[in-house]
Amino acid sequence: MELLFEGFRRAFEILFSLDPEVFKITWLTIKISGSATLIALALGLPLGIVLALYRFPGRKLMVAMVNTGMGLPPVVVGLFVALFLWKSGPLGFLNLIYTPTAMVIAQVIIAFPIVAGFSVAALQQVDPQIALQARALGASRWQALWAVLKEARLPALAAVMAGFGGVISEIGAVLMVGGNIKGYTRVLTTAIVLETRMGRFAVAIALSLILLALSFLVNYLLTYVQQRGAREWPYRSWR
Amino acid sequence: MKVVAVGTGEALKMGERGDADVLLVHAPDSEKEFMERGFGKERKKVMHNDFVLLGPADDPAQIRGLPVVKAFKKIAEKKANFVSRGDNSGTHNKEIKIWALAATMPSGDWYIQTGQGMGASLKMASEKRAYILSDRGTYFAMKDNLDLEVLVEGENLLFNPYHVITVNPEKNPKVNYEGAKAFMNFITGEKAQRIIKDFGKDEYGEPLFTPDALDS
Repeated sequence: MELLFEGFRRAFEILFSLDPEVFKITWLTIKISGSATLIALALGLPLGIVLALYRFPGRKLMVAMVNTGMGLPPVVVGLFVALFLWKSGPLGFLNLIYTPTAMVIAQVIIAFPIVAGFSVAALQQVDPQIALQARALGASRWQALWAVLKEARLPALAAVMAGFGGVISEIGAVLMVGGNIKGYTRVLTTAIVLETRMGRFAVAIALSLILLALSFLVNYLLTYVQQRGAREWPYRSWR
Repeated sequence: MKVVAVGTGEALKMGERGDADVLLVHAPDSEKEFMERGFGKERKKVMHNDFVLLGPADDPAQIRGLPVVKAFKKIAEKKANFVSRGDNSGTHNKEIKIWALAATMPSGDWYIQTGQGMGASLKMASEKRAYILSDRGTYFAMKDNLDLEVLVEGENLLFNPYHVITVNPEKNPKVNYEGAKAFMNFITGEKAQRIIKDFGKDEYGEPLFTPDALDS
């Protein structure tokens, strides 16, 4: 118990001392996981739209693959990205291994199916009548698609939250392709493992609190946006 | 028995907290401090191997065959890439000691601290064409997948002794001292020492360790 209390006390000291090293690690974590989530959104949302709204051969297989991808073990992703990026690998000439770019690549691979999967689920919830109604009211094909997408924008935010939550908390991939290099590729999760292994629990606790706070903040902001757009229940008696 | 494989720094911490009963470690200075503070009951020699300074074959800092302290100095002067484990392990402790002897505080882009184990750090050194201090055993085991060569070896300073330490039950009543003692007797006994003597011979052509317990 003493370890726990002392750990938390020292952790708050570290947090309020605004250690530049801790700041650097936190900022790098935000940059890497943030950009990975945005890229995953740019790739995953269109795929989700296509899979949810159009019918074509092989669609079910692709949905199954996306759903499987939602549970990709980060460490496996890390291993394969590393095998490709090592000098001995097919993309070794790019000199990307042990760089922040490599970490973003790995995290995009982790987050992309999560975003796509959530988008499919979100768009399939939309009443298909909306598109028909829009067409009946004289909307063009694109305007009808837009009407459907607008209905799905709130659930799509859930896709972003899930994707970001997935990558900011993973360690297997960033450790393997980033290498946890101090001041260059060290992020919150890899730093937490290292500090724990070295027995510096207070620092590990401080970094954990930052990670939790970060995750909460992002989710709070997105939830706020999402709930502001949510409709009121029409029947008061249901509440 | 449950084996927890961690660096020496963490192993000693586990001993302090009583989360381990017996330790097999290789950082003599930290070990002595651990014993002086009363956390260990007994400490015995087990075996040794040695550290080697590795680097790319073309040796950009021209250190091949130099004394290791001089080699470190030259690497720092040339700002040639150097991978450090930076994890408070036995190997990292040895590296810090050599930097101190070289009167150099390594820092800058060329000094790459991984915070990872020997294997992952060796792989990174190979990828980054960097120098690295490693124990010979791990290097041998991974040699085929690395573009690294032994450039400095065979000095007293690079001697790497392993000791077994039983955790003191007076400091941590919950440790299993009987079991720890039994393991210590086994690992320093004739049978285990013979296994150590031959370990790795078949796979790597030479043994990875030299047993030390019986001739002391």
